[in-house]
Amino acid sequence: MMNKLGKDVDKRERIVKRIARELRDGFYVNLGIGMPTLIANHVPAGVEVTLQSENGMLGIGPYPIEGTEDPDLINAGKETVSEMPGTSYFSSADSFAMIRGGHIDLSVLGAMEVDETGSIANWMIPGKMVKGMGGAMDLVAGARRVVVAMEHTTREGAPKILKQCTLPLTGVCVVDTIATEMAYIRVTKDGLVLEEIAPGLTPDDVQKATEARLIVSPGLKVMEN
Amino acid sequence: MNKVVANADEAVHDVFDGSTIMIGGFGLCGMPENLIRALVRKGTKNLRTISNNVGVDGVGNGLLLAAGQIVHHIGTYVGENRLLEEMVLKGTIKLDLIPQGTFSERIRAGGAGIPAFYTPTGVGTIVAEGKETREFDGRLYVMERGLTADFAFVKAWKGDRAGNLVYRKTARNFNPMMATAAKITIAEVEHLVEVGELEADAIHTPSIYVKRIFQGELYERRIERRTVRKAAR
Repeated sequence: MMNKLGKDVDKRERIVKRIARELRDGFYVNLGIGMPTLIANHVPAGVEVTLQSENGMLGIGPYPIEGTEDPDLINAGKETVSEMPGTSYFSSADSFAMIRGGHIDLSVLGAMEVDETGSIANWMIPGKMVKGMGGAMDLVAGARRVVVAMEHTTREGAPKILKQCTLPLTGVCVVDTIATEMAYIRVTKDGLVLEEIAPGLTPDDVQKATEARLIVSPGLKVMEN
Repeated sequence: MNKVVANADEAVHDVFDGSTIMIGGFGLCGMPENLIRALVRKGTKNLRTISNNVGVDGVGNGLLLAAGQIVHHIGTYVGENRLLEEMVLKGTIKLDLIPQGTFSERIRAGGAGIPAFYTPTGVGTIVAEGKETREFDGRLYVMERGLTADFAFVKAWKGDRAGNLVYRKTARNFNPMMATAAKITIAEVEHLVEVGELEADAIHTPSIYVKRIFQGELYERRIERRTVRKAAR
């Protein structure tokens, strides 16, 4: 995937690789549109995961080899994909039964805001044209684990990890972990626990870019690059 | 009993002004393109459409939109359509956006005789505003209503003259539920075959749901986002 800004690629790479390390053998995973999709390129060796697409497919493979693309075979981002051996297809109702029914081990999606209770906003900015929530509300409500992949602040440098979300919510108290280029943060009953920080940063640096109060884990680690 | 009609124009002959129509497809994938074109030719107005998307500008449901035939749309994602954006801002169309799992389940329920159900999706968000919520086993759920329609336009890969349907890959999406939830379900298929030619165990939509069927004349099967990789070496 191409990006205009080299530094964004580095940011994304760190986020994507960190989340890929959460994958366990046998997981059924739904990856959101955009950055989360890239996690599929970093599945650890010896780990087999099955990718679900909410438009009705288990077993998404890589983009098809040029010339073999099939209009009937797309992911939820409407991109042409290929199928892995063992793929199955099903209706949207069956797909969301899987999601809502708690059968998806991990759902990774982007966010505009996340707060210290694990509430997430990622579908609507009042006053701007609304594109729709697609399957995001069902995914955050139904997946066993919800991981947010996002840049730590807005392009203007404003915090996206807040005491309380200001935008219309996608889900209430649903996020388990937040992975950014600065930190890896776990949502707990006591608040947000800073588990890992990027190389070269101090917990204070991360706190300055975060509106919500961070609890520094006693076992604080440095994120691998 | 004959369910086979000659073409899309004959299939939509009784679609009336003000109809509610379910239209299958996820984006442009698996959408009934012949039926949509026929409805544009027919020029039926004041339609209420129930479809995941509104196509893209000038393609699929986007054609109905551009012709000013839709007054109310119910879907889950409309990010691909600039014309719709203008119409919503001008107030010339009513748009209801609902979560995709709730959307598909509402249609499934509508077809299955279930007037309402409880779902965890959207609890505490604006989609739950004004709706009944209820606690089951310590968790809150919101009540959502089943959805039905006057017509359902569905697209399948193969169908037989009795109306049994088989879909292909991710082109299945919303088509099977929509087929069950309308008074009149019209199926267009790429391949119309004789009764008995489809394997009975492999039928996705049983014939009971389908009132009319025909083989589509032209399948453009447009790809929205062509993503590919180079062959190795």
